[in-house]
Amino acid sequence: MTDLSPQLLLYIVTAGGLFGIGLYGFIVGPQTLRRILALNIIGAGIFMLMVVLAYRGLADDASLPSTDPVLHALILTGLVVAVSATAFALALLARLNQAKAAQCSQDQLRHKQGPGQ
Amino acid sequence: MSLLLFDTILCLLLLALALASILSRQLAHAVILYIAFGLMMALAWARLAAPDLALAEAAIGAGLTGALCFSALAHQQIQLKPDVLSWPQRLWPAVFVLLMLGGVLAALLQLPPTASQLIAVTQAGLGNSGVSHPVTAVLLNFRSWDTLLELVVLLLALLGARQVAPEVKPATSWSLSLSWSRLLAPMVILLAGYLLWAGASQPGGAFQAGALLAAGAVVLRLNQQLSWLSWSNFWIRLLTVSGVLVFVLTALTAILLTPGNTDVVWLRWPPQLAAGIILLVELFATIAIALTLTVLVAGEPASTGAELGCGEGV
Amino acid sequence: MDCAGQLSVLSTVLSSLLLITGLFFFIAGSVGMLRFPDSFSRLHAVTKADSLGLGSIVAGLMFYGDLWQNLLLLLIWLLVLASGSVSCQLLARFAKAQQDRVQQDKT
Repeated sequence: MTDLSPQLLLYIVTAGGLFGIGLYGFIVGPQTLRRILALNIIGAGIFMLMVVLAYRGLADDASLPSTDPVLHALILTGLVVAVSATAFALALLARLNQAKAAQCSQDQLRHKQGPGQ
Repeated sequence: MSLLLFDTILCLLLLALALASILSRQLAHAVILYIAFGLMMALAWARLAAPDLALAEAAIGAGLTGALCFSALAHQQIQLKPDVLSWPQRLWPAVFVLLMLGGVLAALLQLPPTASQLIAVTQAGLGNSGVSHPVTAVLLNFRSWDTLLELVVLLLALLGARQVAPEVKPATSWSLSLSWSRLLAPMVILLAGYLLWAGASQPGGAFQAGALLAAGAVVLRLNQQLSWLSWSNFWIRLLTVSGVLVFVLTALTAILLTPGNTDVVWLRWPPQLAAGIILLVELFATIAIALTLTVLVAGEPASTGAELGCGEGV
Repeated sequence: MDCAGQLSVLSTVLSSLLLITGLFFFIAGSVGMLRFPDSFSRLHAVTKADSLGLGSIVAGLMFYGDLWQNLLLLLIWLLVLASGSVSCQLLARFAKAQQDRVQQDKT
């Protein structure tokens, strides 16, 4: 069915598994912070798949000098972009929590004043 | 054979950590498990012959993302009763994900085991690129557009986060962690400088050095050091944009310096100057990445006297 | 394992013994972290046993490296030792503060 070496097969299945786990967490996860973590896990799965693609064909062919550097450079860029996107998402989340807390206390205040009026 | 066993254990551990991080009841456990997952990922990169990624992941995935998530956790209100999902709410996404996973794996297993063509192309151009490490050559010569735009993305994320993020409460410091972080600081700077310099011929370069410097600076910031490192400081703002600025200016200069402007390519360095240009661009990119990530992760400390939280006044 | 062929029998045995001792301490520390009842004894188990385990693994690996690599290994051990102790103290302080708060709430 496939000509890939067992090591590559293992890492491909792991990459797919990480993608699936992240996707499940992203759909199910009740809290926003957990969804952000799940998105990062999806990213890790995709990066791992790209590394496997870069590594492909290397194990049995010793004449090649290195793994595919273009994919490695892309993933390196992707890692930094992922952390900055995570930071932005967490900043939005913190703002959301602050707004929710303010809303809550306002509602409580209105609730207290309500019967008196 | 023994290495295959190691790979199997590593992969199982990765899957288990990811699953536990998604399914754990408490959010704090999820964050801690995610940090452990990041460390294991760094090990997996090393096993897959990607030392550049292992260096970056150890600093970013395990260090900076962990600090980010913990500071987000501190903002989170404590939920008294956790949301409990019903069985259909758990089952249908699982069925959907499994179907999708089956499709993805069926497609992936058809991959031909031949090596990529790009290796030969990169190797052919390496002589004129000014560096001898192929990843650095791709990042800063062959595909410098990506790197330039990536620096712009970092800057945009910083500007966006500064717009929306509430002020953080100043952390309390403790003398032992303070003196340990002070002891670490020169080592971090030394290591980052080495990584930057070694990037020309070995794994390393601007991204890894910048991430490492940022991790060191965040530890110092958490111990209430480096108070000058804030967005209100003019020089910090200037250095943060300097990565993009130096990149663009160097590209313009390179076009002007190229003799016989017949086939001018934007962001392509003349071969005899390439080594110096790449080092210059990388130096400022390192500083910009380090400062951007530090300000993103550590946030702006609340100015004294203006500590009125939104929900506290009422 | 190309390097192992160049070692004498004595150093191979010594190095393996050190590695196995290191693994034993790691496992003991992990079991302690999982089984001990409260935060302080867990921290105690994991930091002490892991520092010792890492130390003997580093000592076992030193048979394989040259002088420069051995110095780097030693530096890694010292760094992990110091940062482990500092983070152990930090966690213990945090746990103590939480415990005090819980006791204050009770009274």
